[in-house]
Amino acid sequence: MTELLPTIWFLLIAVLWTGFLFLEGFDLGVGMLMKLFARTDRERRVLLNTVGPVWDGNEVWLVTAIGATLAAFPLWYASLLSTLYLPFVLVLLALILRAVAFEYRGKMNSDSWRRRWDLAIFLGSFTSAAGLGAALALTTSGLPINENGDRVGGPFVWLTFDALLGAAAVVLFCLAHALAFLVLKTDGPIRERARRALIKLLPVAVVPLLAWAAKVYLAEGTGWAGLALLLAVAAAAASWFAERSSRDGWGFIWLGGTLAASLACIFGSAYPVVLPSTLNDAFSLTVDNAASSPYTLGLMSIIAAFGVPLVLVYQGWTYWVFRKRVTEQSIPEAHTVSPL
Amino acid sequence: MEALEIARWQFGITTVYHFLMVPLTIGLGLVVAVMQTLWYRTGEEHYLRMTKFWGKLFLINFIMGVATGLVQEFQFGLAWSEYSRFVGDVFGAPLAMEALLAFFVESTFLGLWIFGWQRLPKVLHLGALWAAVLASVFSAYFIIVANSWMQHPVGVELVDGRARMVDAWAVFTNNTALVAFTHTVFGALAVAGGFLLGIAWYHLWKRRHDGLDTVDGDGKVLVGTDDSRSRGVTDHQVWLRSARIGAVVALISFAGTAVSGDFQAKLMFEQQPMKMAAAEAACHDGTGFSVLSVGNLGSQDCDDIVAVFEVPGLLSFLANGDFTTEVKGVNTLLPEYKEQYGQTLPDDPMYGERAGMTIDYLPVMEVTYWGFRIMIGFGAVAAFAALVAMWILRKGTVPESRWLMRLAVFGILAPFGANSAGWIFTEMGRQPFVVAPNPDPSGIDGVFMFTAAAVSPGVSLSELVFSLVALTSIYAVLLVVEVRLLFTYVRGGVASAMPELAGKHDDDASSRGKDDDDVLAFAY
Repeated sequence: MTELLPTIWFLLIAVLWTGFLFLEGFDLGVGMLMKLFARTDRERRVLLNTVGPVWDGNEVWLVTAIGATLAAFPLWYASLLSTLYLPFVLVLLALILRAVAFEYRGKMNSDSWRRRWDLAIFLGSFTSAAGLGAALALTTSGLPINENGDRVGGPFVWLTFDALLGAAAVVLFCLAHALAFLVLKTDGPIRERARRALIKLLPVAVVPLLAWAAKVYLAEGTGWAGLALLLAVAAAAASWFAERSSRDGWGFIWLGGTLAASLACIFGSAYPVVLPSTLNDAFSLTVDNAASSPYTLGLMSIIAAFGVPLVLVYQGWTYWVFRKRVTEQSIPEAHTVSPL
Repeated sequence: MEALEIARWQFGITTVYHFLMVPLTIGLGLVVAVMQTLWYRTGEEHYLRMTKFWGKLFLINFIMGVATGLVQEFQFGLAWSEYSRFVGDVFGAPLAMEALLAFFVESTFLGLWIFGWQRLPKVLHLGALWAAVLASVFSAYFIIVANSWMQHPVGVELVDGRARMVDAWAVFTNNTALVAFTHTVFGALAVAGGFLLGIAWYHLWKRRHDGLDTVDGDGKVLVGTDDSRSRGVTDHQVWLRSARIGAVVALISFAGTAVSGDFQAKLMFEQQPMKMAAAEAACHDGTGFSVLSVGNLGSQDCDDIVAVFEVPGLLSFLANGDFTTEVKGVNTLLPEYKEQYGQTLPDDPMYGERAGMTIDYLPVMEVTYWGFRIMIGFGAVAAFAALVAMWILRKGTVPESRWLMRLAVFGILAPFGANSAGWIFTEMGRQPFVVAPNPDPSGIDGVFMFTAAAVSPGVSLSELVFSLVALTSIYAVLLVVEVRLLFTYVRGGVASAMPELAGKHDDDASSRGKDDDDVLAFAY
């Protein structure tokens, strides 16, 4: 049992990243669509309010993934973050701007105020999606780390084809996922437009994600990871056909399935390496040499066994409470706060 | 400047900034939850208005705490990778638990509260707020556990040059953590108390200034009404009740911080004697507490430091509970530290070019000495002001003096200052260690770390400079935006959080709650 703990924690961290990209995926996408898709202020507010009550809870999946990495694989955490210093700083700046923009955008009734925050939401969503995609791709394809796990080379040594592929994969997936989400969560003309846009975008949007999965699989994958890759391709096709025949729920679920299967292929192929060194295989971090002690992993397993299902229950309940579609008619008038 | 200094400035700036928002979130959250509970139980209109108004200010501040808190989860890995490697096995656990058990609850249930007006049954809506607020308190506990482990490592062994957790119970019931947690929660409530009192004072003053409220011969308030702005009896009740709650909260929390702070100081004299000697700028052993010392505070030459005014015996009381035991000064402690932990940084690759450098065990005395006094001073001033305010408020309003109103509003800053000063004191006072050694004879041998060893070896100076400048700039801009928003919403009164009030008669609550069912009660 003890020797299985690092593997269990690797699995759990993969689940946390999948949960994060599945949930925050659509609110990052909605953030980008504020600029790319919505035409009027009312439409932008429809978009914003489809994720209004839930985006903050979605973001905690990221915080938990990072926190769990520190607790379970301190060496992975230390090397990944310090090696990708600049991308992660950009992600943080983006997430800060985006969070504040969500909350502050509606707090003043002025066009210039709203325009600025809309830009912050767009840039914040785009940068964080791209940065995290790049980081995830690099943790599977490798970084120039030395024996101690520190970066060898300049601040931009991570800027490779794999980084760009990962960035494109996550950004495009988020856009498609957000459109599928809007088809589910809105009504009226905006919903029809979202569906049409999704049918056009989806076949393109999943390509980098599938390509990234295929690349990792070809480099180091084993049998079942190939099965996951095939599943991902099939799920993408199923999602496209479902959207075309207006089965919105299935379209959304299959697209989520594409993400889950792709990540299963990626993490599954990379296992047991969590951060390959491109300098020397002996420097690579693995689930075993990067893990915390069995004592800590055991303690954290008990906490996670209790905590993770609980999160799923109450977050699920939140989505049920706010299940009603948001339309242009359901948006209240903006009000001006004036001094007494 | 080298990378280490930049990394330290970055950690200091981002963390002190984060902790401007956190105490207001924790303190005000608890107060708003109590207000909504009172509304739920009594159905009285003024409690609803209080919940809405203070709840709005709470949210404007909350999001800044969330946004700046994100940085905290990442920055141990970003700039302090050696630290993360050394302590991750024990330090990561409370951080991960904070995210999974507290932050998730806080974020999810606050979303339910913000958007749940009229969507959730009243009792569930109230429950959502309590869940979020209690989770933020719980969150503080986990973070304090992590921080206290750095002040006083327990429950670990040194294995292969790294700290390894062997006793989670010891880590999570670390006496340092339990008193620091209590101290921090009371400190947060002190911030909320001052905030409530200052802003409510402004509105009581504004009502008098606008000629709504007047006073009779005995100085008792005669409440007036402005129908067009919903500023009648209920509005007056909102501010008077808020001001009184603020004053009471401020007083209770001052008592709480004083008592918990005393426990904390006694522990610290044992656990980090150098920090407390530095807090006193005491170069020699002694029993007196310095109220004012001048001269060269960092000096080990006692002639350079002049204690202008000392309270005899008080230092012994703070440290040991009597008036006669000598408390060790810097000059006694320095040789002890040098003997136990070495004269120079070890010749280890983790220290890079700093290997072999002389270790300065003396914290920056100007910071520790004044940090300690500003913390206590601002805390005490705020509590005294709350006491005076309570006495003035007995007549049901505040004087017309604009000067006094400004003082009340300005006073909001005092508890913030006390909180920041306290944290700067305790973090700077721990230097040169990032993980202070546990001096307990039964304690943990070898589990300590110099700050100089903690920084990321692979991160360049230019990267650190970029992130320091970028984070500081965006934080500065956002602070201006937040304060501006808070001012706007405060000036707008209750109507800024309840737009339906504008233009309605004050006590006419019946016309509300019949909104179109399809329109969201609250939307971004």
